[in-house]
Amino acid sequence: MSEKKVKRREFIFTATYAVGAVGVGATVWPLIDQMNPDASVKALASTEVDISNVEKGQSITVLWRGKPVFIRRRTDEEIAKARDVNIDELKHPEKDEDRAKDPEWLVMLGVCTHLGCVPLGDKGEYGGWFCPCHGSHYDTSGRIRKGPAPTNMEVPKYEFVNSNTIKIG
Amino acid sequence: MSDNEYTPSSKFGKWFNDRLPLLTLGKHLTDYPTPKNLNYWWTFGGILTFCLITQIVTGLILAMHYVAHADLAFGSVEHIMRNVNYGWLIRYVHANGASMFFLAVYIHIFRSLYYGSYKSPREIIWILGMIIYILMMAAAFMGYVLPWGQMSFWGATVITNLFSAIPLVGESIVTWLWGGYSVDNPTLTRFFSLHYLIPFLILGLVVLHIWALHVPGNNNPIGIDLKKPSKDTVPFHPYIVIKDLFALLIFLIVFAFFVFYSPNILGHADNYIEANPMVTPAHIVPEWYLLPFYAILRSVPDKLLGVIAMFGALFILVILPWLDTSKTRSAIFRPLYKQFYWFLVADVLILGYVGAMPAEGIYLLVARVATAYYFAHFLIILPILSRKEKVLDVPLSITEPVLGGSVSASAVRQRKDKL
Repeated sequence: MSEKKVKRREFIFTATYAVGAVGVGATVWPLIDQMNPDASVKALASTEVDISNVEKGQSITVLWRGKPVFIRRRTDEEIAKARDVNIDELKHPEKDEDRAKDPEWLVMLGVCTHLGCVPLGDKGEYGGWFCPCHGSHYDTSGRIRKGPAPTNMEVPKYEFVNSNTIKIG
Repeated sequence: MSDNEYTPSSKFGKWFNDRLPLLTLGKHLTDYPTPKNLNYWWTFGGILTFCLITQIVTGLILAMHYVAHADLAFGSVEHIMRNVNYGWLIRYVHANGASMFFLAVYIHIFRSLYYGSYKSPREIIWILGMIIYILMMAAAFMGYVLPWGQMSFWGATVITNLFSAIPLVGESIVTWLWGGYSVDNPTLTRFFSLHYLIPFLILGLVVLHIWALHVPGNNNPIGIDLKKPSKDTVPFHPYIVIKDLFALLIFLIVFAFFVFYSPNILGHADNYIEANPMVTPAHIVPEWYLLPFYAILRSVPDKLLGVIAMFGALFILVILPWLDTSKTRSAIFRPLYKQFYWFLVADVLILGYVGAMPAEGIYLLVARVATAYYFAHFLIILPILSRKEKVLDVPLSITEPVLGGSVSASAVRQRKDKL
């Protein structure tokens, strides 16, 4: 009989702890989640950019979600250089065709994937970008070729609204 | 100790002390038996308390004039510098005070390493100290972000991005820390909130640190256990109080030199340019007191491993009492440890130097060697020394070598034998 009593006690204790844990979790979650991006930050999700003035070999930098986005109108030489690469040799293998929908336009986040600095254009050993913070070299497709960055510069979601306008986001 | 028998002389004092024994605590603190051979390296505890209070008082005042908003912060700091009465002085004391705080804490930590103050029975004091040190770095980092200059912004970007190295959840954690998709206004306001909180956490930990110290009492230059109170101890007041105050005075001369003669020498000119998310400064460097860790981060070519090495360099200090198990505390009686101690000091200084240099060529090579040596010191050299080192004879009391006319007990005994 006493054995049965102990089992009932244990069950009640366990059930109480379980309900208590759920309660604490539900109470703490709002205190943690308030730090995530709020509605006003999320509302700035897309931006339209006029690209009619960008000549070949030029690039512009626009701010999207607080981050710089590089929009580069590549020269034929740069495109050829980006496509003439043995994919298997890359640290983060990605075809240039998959990164630039229209080969002439390269759109990517201008954020080094190492620790978030903005790389400098027309610099580095691969004719693309060079990050001054910790020395990552990117090629003309924005792919990591040398240095501590783990991945290629990210290509955001974007589309050509018309031949003069790109919508990012 | 006679703590329990203490009775205040006045009637009111007795009435109060029976209800809240603050006077007993005061008596304990003034009578606290302290080794009589403490040298000036032991005065940095008091100096650090002074630094903490200075930072809290000046910080409290700066918060009355500062505006934590991405559009207004930079301007409000210039407003403090130009318009607020003595604002320049209070800000320069706060900014240089952070550097002075770290200068003092590094001396305090290396004192502990030399004299083995982290060893049994003082492990908890050491661990509390390490938690304080880590909180100090967090507070200093967030404080540096508040003026919202270029170094503030890009320092914040680089340091918060360290967490993106965590597999799977890294990106979500960074977004959560930022409150957005980049360092921006939400980041600034939360850093301000936390920068205000941390000093008070440190204050609480300092109380625990001192409480834990008062259980076994101070270590001392020869690292032996003392009978307390005895011929080997003196009461804290007035002996240590006056010595601490004298050391503080000297320290304040250094402090004042920086505040009044070169208030910006420890900062970076780039931080007088307002934060610009489109342009990264050509050469980002953290504040001097973080440079050794920055050098370790950069010396590893892999992102995740670099971050692990950097945090590992800190964590390894926390477990130090279990890596160095030699029973002899003071380096005075450990001839080999003494040499490796100075190698470590040199190693950390070298790491600090290469941390400030660009991560390429010879600097990168030196950083890698120095990083490897740093870990080797704690993980290989100390455990081997703990087992193999032939230590010198330790005196039985502080008085003995003095009266015996020699430092080591065995020498005293030999002399006696000859006589």
